[in-house]
Amino acid sequence: MPDLSSYRFTSSHEWVATVDGVTRVGITDYAQAQLGDVIFLELPDVDTVLRSGDRFGVIESVKAASDLYAPVGGRVAKVNTALTDAPETVNSDPYGEGWMLQLSDVDESAAALLDEAAYTGLTEGH
Amino acid sequence: MALRTPLYHRHLALGARMVEFGGYDMPLQYSGIREEHLAVRHRAGLFDISHMGEVRFGGADAEANVQQLVTNDISRLDAAQALYSVMCNDDGGIVDDVVVARGLDGKHIIVTVNAATRSKDVAWMRDRVFGDANITDLSDEIALLAVQGPRAIDIVAQLTDADLDRLAPFHITGAMIAGIDDSRVSVISRTGYTGEDGVEISIDAGRAERLWDALLEAGAALGMVPAGLGARDTLRLEAGLRLYGQDMDETVDPYSAGLGWTVKLDKGDFIGGDALRRIKEAGPARTTIGLRLEGRNIARHGHDVLADGRRIGSVLSGTFSFTLGSGIAIALVDREAITGRTSVDVDIRGNTAPAVIVPTKFYRRATT
Repeated sequence: MPDLSSYRFTSSHEWVATVDGVTRVGITDYAQAQLGDVIFLELPDVDTVLRSGDRFGVIESVKAASDLYAPVGGRVAKVNTALTDAPETVNSDPYGEGWMLQLSDVDESAAALLDEAAYTGLTEGH
Repeated sequence: MALRTPLYHRHLALGARMVEFGGYDMPLQYSGIREEHLAVRHRAGLFDISHMGEVRFGGADAEANVQQLVTNDISRLDAAQALYSVMCNDDGGIVDDVVVARGLDGKHIIVTVNAATRSKDVAWMRDRVFGDANITDLSDEIALLAVQGPRAIDIVAQLTDADLDRLAPFHITGAMIAGIDDSRVSVISRTGYTGEDGVEISIDAGRAERLWDALLEAGAALGMVPAGLGARDTLRLEAGLRLYGQDMDETVDPYSAGLGWTVKLDKGDFIGGDALRRIKEAGPARTTIGLRLEGRNIARHGHDVLADGRRIGSVLSGTFSFTLGSGIAIALVDREAITGRTSVDVDIRGNTAPAVIVPTKFYRRATT
């Protein structure tokens, strides 16, 4: 398990983390396990401006398609294009190489984020 | 509360993720759909399909009764031989799709039906029974296990004296397996729902765990894994095999469903025969096509199929094909609207995904 002390989470199972000044967004290990084999991701264009809670894309597994929601506001600085050819990376490394968006101009003012303990409590309640 | 198969506790012990299907708590996946799918294509997989129903027809008029219920011609069946058919209503709508087997004794007939339709089917059959025939629903007494994949025969052969090399596709044999001598219902059938070689084994429900354990042990060295309904669905769709309730129902006739080959109009009277003759002569208004999507998007049940922006039908089943590396689907569309066309679009949540029209059998195994 990676060190998630700098990660924060949403009740819709996304994470956001700023490491070495770079803010990234992805989905949690719990979410990838629930989805099963990820097949396809629909991610926004670079420079898209998101508010926290905005739908920013779709993730498809064999079982289902699910919407993705921005945990914080910001501008999309990069999308993880490696996931186009290897979407299964979301399954194998959800907190690392399976990141989806890199954000600039981050705005947390309207965000409802959970720390690791609170998020773990949420998923264990299921 | 959902029903449980005799192998329910085995699935839990293996850490399966369970899902309700056809009224039963069934394993959706163990290690993962992709891994299980590829194991079946390249090695072997073990499935619990005990949710399926088995209905036995006995008596001097057993054959005549089944013959009037189904569209295919079962008079052609030798003892220990099976065939696929549909069962239609008077309008030609599909009540269920079934496998009909003539018993080892050449007299009784076993009809294997879907779990979700079992009660409806048994009532349908009993309402129409005639002459010297008795109908017994054996579903709760019988467990059904499927071993599928290129190594399936080698695995099962370790546990039985039956000569599986001489067991032809769509034939059955009675056999002692894994030391379980249960001549009443223990039958090995060279059938499946994955597009691979393999067998389906029916056995007394009380001995199902013993057989499951023996098969898992025998298969381990050959790379066999337990496989759930998730992989069963992706495998069957690649092989172009239909799922009742999703790909067809009572509002669709077999010609529109792409199952016209199961209808033998010249076999004599049967339920739905007159309607089906009329539909065939007029030409069905709809047809079922295969679609290969250009990207990795997944077209799913209910998505609209478009031709030049106009809705011409909808997706029946869609998934990602692990074998082909692209999205695949089958769709029910207006027959005239696709005449001469080689491609259509699928409306996937507002995005237009191009798809090439292909045969519904997306995957065909190499035969040696």
